[in-house]
Amino acid sequence: MAVGEVMRMEIPAGGDLTVTTPELHVLAVDDSIVDRKVIERLLRISSCKVTTVESGTRALQYLGLDGGKGASNLKDLKVNLIVTDYSMPGLTGYDLLKKIKESSAFREVPVVIMSSENILPRIEECLKEGAEEFLLKPVKLADVKRIKQLILKNEAEECKTLSHSNKRKLQEDCDTSSSSSSSHDDSSVKDTPSSKRMKSESENLSSLF
Amino acid sequence: MDTLIAQLQRQFRDYTISLYHQGFLDDQFTELKKLQDECSPDFVAEVVTLFFEDCEKLISNMARALDQTGNVDFKLVGSSVHQLKGSSSSVGAKRVKGLCITLKECCDSQNYEGCVRCLQQVDIEYKTLKAKLQDLFNLEQQIVQAGGRIPQVDI
Repeated sequence: MAVGEVMRMEIPAGGDLTVTTPELHVLAVDDSIVDRKVIERLLRISSCKVTTVESGTRALQYLGLDGGKGASNLKDLKVNLIVTDYSMPGLTGYDLLKKIKESSAFREVPVVIMSSENILPRIEECLKEGAEEFLLKPVKLADVKRIKQLILKNEAEECKTLSHSNKRKLQEDCDTSSSSSSSHDDSSVKDTPSSKRMKSESENLSSLF
Repeated sequence: MDTLIAQLQRQFRDYTISLYHQGFLDDQFTELKKLQDECSPDFVAEVVTLFFEDCEKLISNMARALDQTGNVDFKLVGSSVHQLKGSSSSVGAKRVKGLCITLKECCDSQNYEGCVRCLQQVDIEYKTLKAKLQDLFNLEQQIVQAGGRIPQVDI
């Protein structure tokens, strides 16, 4: 799956399917130390793992998008959401948004912009560039909870889409392959059709919100 | 007869309400309190501490800029007051935020006298709030030390 995947399966030896609910990892970008502290707490209290950075430049460095030294150690980096302030010295939140959407690694990661100013052209510009949402500061707990539900829902829907395409592939495989019986390990993930696994995962997620 | 705890709790409740009614705090402060719990019992105190440090730093920057008579960098003053307005908004420091808005206006119109006057008021205001919140936190401590719980105050 792509970077930012939420799905992980743990199959105990008994063969029972259990789904762990992994935490969302959020990257929060804000030049204000007060706002960083607040957004970090808002996210932690909403059961998210949080990384905070103080500028757009540092954010790009963290994501390995700064064109600097190797992104090789970053291939396991999972970021499910990026929340960024709009007005920052140097790279603005809008500039950061553009760079993220231009990258192949992180373009699918939802980006939320925060601003203390309710400027309609600014909001439109951000949404047009692909921002998931535009939050007016000061950010409240209700805002964060809403965003989290939105992200989880998007991830679940993405999973359903994947499960449908997997189902098709599975049928194709069945049609074309000759019968081959092999001893099945009960704890093997391969026992269960991937489509069923994905479906149960997305259903479990749906029950979360 | 009121126990010590009950007295302290009443004092705490009254003082909190007065801070809101007199416009020192707004509902963003209430939002911050929601984020405080047993796992993060000093969250509000930590945030406001950062805020007051921010105030000191930004006010000092602005004072220095305004001191350059004949060559005042109003852009710098403007960006500093924008930052201060933002953080005062995030902690619910209502009066400080209001003064920042006025200061920003003076800055935008390059009103030197206005900026100087306003900055002085911002300085007084944040220090007043700092003292009042210190009193509030002291009351909390007294309640806890007396074995009581800090009451939830609905504004």
